[in-house]
Amino acid sequence: MSAGFYFGAEVFINGLMTGVLYSLVALGFVLIFKSSGIFNYAQGVMALFAALTLVGLQDGQVPFAHLINSIFGTQVHHFGWHLPALLAILLTAGVMVVLAILVERYILRHLVNQPDIILFMATIGMAYFMEGFGDLMWGSEIKKLDVGIPQGGNFWIEENTAFLGGEDFYGFYLDSLDIVAAVFAGLLVLSLVLFSQYTKTGRALRAVADDHQAALSVGISLRFIWVVVWSIAGFIALVAGIMWGSKSGVQFSLSLIALKALPVLMLGGFTSIPGAIVGGLIIGVGEKMFEFLIGAPFLGGATENWFAYMLALLFLVFRPQGLFGDKIIERV
Amino acid sequence: MFYREAGDFKTSYADDSQTFPIKFDRYRYWAVLAFAFLVVPFIINDYWLNAVVLPFLIYSVAAIGLNILTGYCGQVSLGSGGFMAVGAYACYKFMTSFPGMDIFSVILLSGFVTAAVGILFGLPSLRIKGFYLAVATLAAQFFLVWLFNKVPWFYNYSASGQINAPERTVFGYAVTGAETQAWAVYLVALIFVVVLAVVARNLTRGSLGRKWMAIRDMDIAAEIIGVNPMTAKLSAFAISSFYVGISGAMFFVLYLGAVEVGEAFGISKSFIILFMVIIGGLGSIFGSFAGAAFMVLMPVLLKNIMVGQLGWATDLAAHFEFVIVGGLIIVFLILEPHGLAQLWRLAKEKLRLWPFPH
Repeated sequence: MSAGFYFGAEVFINGLMTGVLYSLVALGFVLIFKSSGIFNYAQGVMALFAALTLVGLQDGQVPFAHLINSIFGTQVHHFGWHLPALLAILLTAGVMVVLAILVERYILRHLVNQPDIILFMATIGMAYFMEGFGDLMWGSEIKKLDVGIPQGGNFWIEENTAFLGGEDFYGFYLDSLDIVAAVFAGLLVLSLVLFSQYTKTGRALRAVADDHQAALSVGISLRFIWVVVWSIAGFIALVAGIMWGSKSGVQFSLSLIALKALPVLMLGGFTSIPGAIVGGLIIGVGEKMFEFLIGAPFLGGATENWFAYMLALLFLVFRPQGLFGDKIIERV
Repeated sequence: MFYREAGDFKTSYADDSQTFPIKFDRYRYWAVLAFAFLVVPFIINDYWLNAVVLPFLIYSVAAIGLNILTGYCGQVSLGSGGFMAVGAYACYKFMTSFPGMDIFSVILLSGFVTAAVGILFGLPSLRIKGFYLAVATLAAQFFLVWLFNKVPWFYNYSASGQINAPERTVFGYAVTGAETQAWAVYLVALIFVVVLAVVARNLTRGSLGRKWMAIRDMDIAAEIIGVNPMTAKLSAFAISSFYVGISGAMFFVLYLGAVEVGEAFGISKSFIILFMVIIGGLGSIFGSFAGAAFMVLMPVLLKNIMVGQLGWATDLAAHFEFVIVGGLIIVFLILEPHGLAQLWRLAKEKLRLWPFPH
């Protein structure tokens, strides 16, 4: 086996790890789409907002400091405390629940029975709003997020895989953060499945996803379900925000990972949780391998920007409902 | 009182099928045109041209284009930014390869090039529907921007990767390049906008527009009564891209002059144009203008108030702008999901009855 082969395998595994993170964002989309038929563009900005809030709480920043200083001429910036990571995460989760309640109370409730495109536009408006609001509240500079997740290459794996190759092979290089992220994503999916299969709320959730009107007629409160779903999407955004934030800092580009999750959704189907996972893995591996084999040597690189979309597009032409999506039945 | 059909008797078919059947509408239309062509060129200056008027005119064309596709034919597209880039780069290639060509044919030709690209990316719409299609059009957005960044032929191997508009004149007056005069640029843009708007208005009233609307309302039913979905969808994609391409070409040669593709034609441009269409009103030419005016004027206004009047830092104002734009979009969708055009329709109903409310 040549070193090139092992290098390819390393790219493959790294692609899988990235794919897990894509799946994580895509999961948030799928949950909301299934239960309320809303294509939530704000999912990425929710991740950014969650990460910003987490950093802000951890470092004890004064919210709206810049605004307060501008209006009153004061010089406040920090409270001066430093919260432990776990407490800050719990508080941020609380903030995401409050956000879910506000979204339901002030946006969704007024947009019942509107066409899908209007709801979609409303979430884009929400994305703009939260982006500005997050920056206003915590400042727009790039922040470092550290909740104690190990980072850098994992030496254990590197040392213990070195024997596979020849002289010029030093073992697989994997980022510890990616491994942690993959484990957490797996746990999250598992707990989601358990939640939706074995709890009362979970059953109600699936009922709403199946048929809104039938669910209403047996006494399930749609509004409560919406709050629950948006809160779960908020938690997922928080986890995604922590992972991506630890990896590349908390900054605006974090909200763009939502765009990366869209081809994952197309590939896996908008309504399928396993689809989101498998789609994420396919996209993650696909774009890394394409860049490695074709993009970088022949096309000048940076093909990761569009490859996922093209792959999903070609795929959809042959299977319009995605990998695991519900069969599309059309009637006049 | 002012706005009524009563007493306005039509005596020929041409009268009956004219664009504005109501007298008040017709007079208002001519008055607006007269004001735009005869008054504005004499009072316009560089600040008003570049901050307000030119973006408004150019975005109107893009909004009409997207409205044809999304509002009339029901195919949501998030690739408008990419198609604008095609228009701009086609325009640049034509201008540098054929220096003798005049600016009007260059911009028109760029529109045709964009239409061809639009048909190509419209092909999946025959299989994919709804949000799947919306996401699929993002492929066009990212792929096209990447293409113009990575293939040096498109920017003539310039070191900076930018494209710059060479100088072109119309009747001896420079309209592109560094030495332009506000009124000349304005008139070129205005001619395009007026002609394209009239064409769009009549296209959407005719058989093609009715086919689009049939496809939008229910594509399978439309197919059964004999509308060919392939020609209807692809023609919508072609004509829509033609408009968006022309607006991209104008955005490049008349407005910016120098373009870096990722910055000028990124994904945010697609969203802004979609906002214009939604806020203005889906399926309305007037709505495209109203939406463009709203989205161009509001940031200028907000900036003037916050930076000019209150004296806040610009980054603070920029964040506030996001909050306010986002908030307004949500409020708008809740209060009037059919957009500004619907408000205008309601106003007309009121005018028809006024001063007797029953």
